[in-house]
Amino acid sequence: MSVVSNSGTTATGSIAVEPVVTDLPGHTIVLGATTPLELVSGQRLGPFTVAYQTYGTLNAERSNAVLVCHALTGDQYAAEPHPITGKPGWWNMVIGSGLPIDTDRFCVISINVLGGCMGTAGPRDINPRTGKNFGLDFPIITITDMVAAQKLVIDHLGIDKLFCVTGGSMGAMQALEWAARYPERVFCAIPIAGAARHSAQNIAFGEVGRQAIMADPNWHGGNYYDQDDTPHRGLSVARMAAHITYLSESALHRKFGRELQDRKDISYGFDADFQIESYLRYQGSTFVERFDANSYLYITRAMDYFDLAAEHDGVLGHAFKDTKVRFCLISFTSDWLFPTTESRQLIHALNAVAASGSFVEIETDAGHDAFLLDEPEFFRILSGFLSGAAELHGLNGGRQDAEETTAP
Amino acid sequence: MSTSPPPPQIPNRIDLQRVADMIEPGSRVLDIGCGDGVLLDYLVHFKQVDGRGIELSQEGVNRSVSLGLAVIQGDAETDLHNYPSGAFDYVILSQTLQSIYDVRGTLKELLRIGRHAIVSFPNLGYWRVRLDLLVHGRSPMSKKLPYVWCDSPNIRFCSLTDFVTLAGEIGFAIDRIVSIDYAGRATPRDKVGRWTNLLAEEAIYLLSPEASHGSGEATRQEP
Repeated sequence: MSVVSNSGTTATGSIAVEPVVTDLPGHTIVLGATTPLELVSGQRLGPFTVAYQTYGTLNAERSNAVLVCHALTGDQYAAEPHPITGKPGWWNMVIGSGLPIDTDRFCVISINVLGGCMGTAGPRDINPRTGKNFGLDFPIITITDMVAAQKLVIDHLGIDKLFCVTGGSMGAMQALEWAARYPERVFCAIPIAGAARHSAQNIAFGEVGRQAIMADPNWHGGNYYDQDDTPHRGLSVARMAAHITYLSESALHRKFGRELQDRKDISYGFDADFQIESYLRYQGSTFVERFDANSYLYITRAMDYFDLAAEHDGVLGHAFKDTKVRFCLISFTSDWLFPTTESRQLIHALNAVAASGSFVEIETDAGHDAFLLDEPEFFRILSGFLSGAAELHGLNGGRQDAEETTAP
Repeated sequence: MSTSPPPPQIPNRIDLQRVADMIEPGSRVLDIGCGDGVLLDYLVHFKQVDGRGIELSQEGVNRSVSLGLAVIQGDAETDLHNYPSGAFDYVILSQTLQSIYDVRGTLKELLRIGRHAIVSFPNLGYWRVRLDLLVHGRSPMSKKLPYVWCDSPNIRFCSLTDFVTLAGEIGFAIDRIVSIDYAGRATPRDKVGRWTNLLAEEAIYLLSPEASHGSGEATRQEP
């Protein structure tokens, strides 16, 4: 029995995480104190903190919980102004009273992912063994680990079965992971603009972002927390490159074309002559205010490692064998990051095991980001599917015209 | 000994109602070409089936899913092979046969993934259709075949008798036939006679694989 090692590992072989103290709104919970979380990498984590937010009220049966999983750069503030930027929540058009995920009926739970930087354990937190921020000493996190941590929160809330797990992009990966790993804990899943694995192209974009961060001299091998400056330039470039992948060629052209920014003529220089350049620079600069560069490395890596078929003997259908979970897959026509073919592959795998699945492709030029935007058709589908599922799940407020079955 | 009130009927769709009538409550149903999901919605709510749908038009899929139905965008001819054998009690191909290229292959798929298949289509042998061609010498159009020939999604035209012949060739048993005439009157029949083929505007067939049929052609196959 070793007592303490230098790597920040405790006597039990578990990595303890001490949160950087913040005064962010919402709930926090300490997990893994008695039984550490076994990470896919083989390391053990605990105790560690998870931050989450809730909207709506849990019913007496605790049967109306909707877990909303955020994407790469999202966080738990899905339906309220962001505490740092003041901008509306990323799904404020979806979650709320009378909205598709109706908080008058459902209790929404939104959890900051493991590896994140908004209150849940991540590389910015303190390693109690060294008294310093973890940086790259933080263990590698996978989508499986994120979901395992979320499950501990759901256990803590005393919820046996989530009515629904949903999310877009990386949130869709989490929804799929939930359905595959804990099918008895999920009634329905709505993975939006997602995939069963990160494609080579997506890994490539992730790598461009990571290299941009690592190439920033302020990065210091991940140990920048006690420096005067952060690798904000690298992170900003990572965000700019990624942001292009969230849009579509036609949307970019529609919004910006070749319009010039605050000038009549091109400058024959390297200023932001074009509106699109100015827009991307703005996107990059606002992002660094709220996001930790190391978190960006860890979370993009988690997406890269996601491959649901590989976790199940290389056969995607095996991930959902005998599943009772009801799926609704949604994709967008102009999404080239998580194209419709990815969702179609998933629905074919679901069909192969005779799982209950809906699959809808929404016509839009908004690209991957469409799931965050005002897309009425998308909202209609979301709310229709949820109503139908709620009726089957025995939640009140299902379809009004349905007659009660009186058979004993 | 209580008698429950009869369930409501599908409005204005006697054909779909007769299809619905063939389905046992609580069974597993796949509706291929489910359109706006009218039939599936009825089956889910009034026959408590575990219902799924496939629809080619995105508009139809979106409307179905908005109703809370499990419907995917897909093609009867390319997507059925994904389903495991015997996954459903009933596979419905309602008013879709006429737009299918590989009719034989698709029919075999229906009875691979389902214990029963229910197939309905407009009758080319209907007297008005015959008359149209005979008197006017033009491609027939009717209530059930409303398209001009060059704009029609319908590429296969068959009469009630043609279908009986095909079913026999493939080796399917026809368990039930319901013919529907111009006034929307549905009549159950044992077989399709000459008059039925003349007077029925459309018909619905309940099919099952005929296990004892010795054609040597496999009607059930493992994927």
